[in-house]
Amino acid sequence: MANYLLIESRDPYGSNDTQFCCDLAKQLAQQGDAVTVFLVQNGVFPARAGARADELSALAKAGIEILADEFSLRERGIPTDRLTAGVKPAPLDVVIDRLADGCKAIWH
Amino acid sequence: MADKKTLTFALMDPPYENARSTTALRLINIAAKRGYDINVFAYEGSVFLAFAMQKPHPNAMHGRNVEEENHVLTKELVSSLMQEAMRNGGKIDWVNCGLCVDERGAVEAVEGVRRGSPADFLKMAATSDNTLVIVTRG
Repeated sequence: MANYLLIESRDPYGSNDTQFCCDLAKQLAQQGDAVTVFLVQNGVFPARAGARADELSALAKAGIEILADEFSLRERGIPTDRLTAGVKPAPLDVVIDRLADGCKAIWH
Repeated sequence: MADKKTLTFALMDPPYENARSTTALRLINIAAKRGYDINVFAYEGSVFLAFAMQKPHPNAMHGRNVEEENHVLTKELVSSLMQEAMRNGGKIDWVNCGLCVDERGAVEAVEGVRRGSPADFLKMAATSDNTLVIVTRG
């Protein structure tokens, strides 16, 4: 089992390729890998409670950890207590933690 | 330091254009504060992050002079990251892609930045605990 960190910097409202990250996360999880999706920059937009975020909910239900960069949330005025179910706020330090632990990291 | 790590970052984006540059510098800052050894391979437009000819400017639209504008210069951020790493027992090996530099006329870089090639990036990645490639938007 490998550990993966998928860093999503794009949002589905301005990019038409964010499905890639969700699909990859699901496929990796299905084959038994541990997957974390880290949302950063505009990637945090779908983490707002009430936003169209079917994919994030599906990922959370599949047991995939979903984290949202606290700084990116703050920059965009998204309170950490107003996130869609399954998304947790986290500092960017998590990315360095995972890199230091040897996690396979992919930026999108 | 028993848990000292070496991380490599590949950057592609020029400064002042998108949030990826900011996030990249934030990540490097976190690693520098931990005293990690950090490799940076600056590719394409990111060679301008450390461009020594960057200058602060006033903002006439907002009626601010140079001091009031307090413009952030990424060359100064690069230098301060190098100092931060050293203060914490680490170091930053920042390599600008030579061909990217020549194409853009970005020859002058702040102290501590050296010229290299993608072969340096391969060597960096091969000798690091991990590598993150922050790709530009395709």
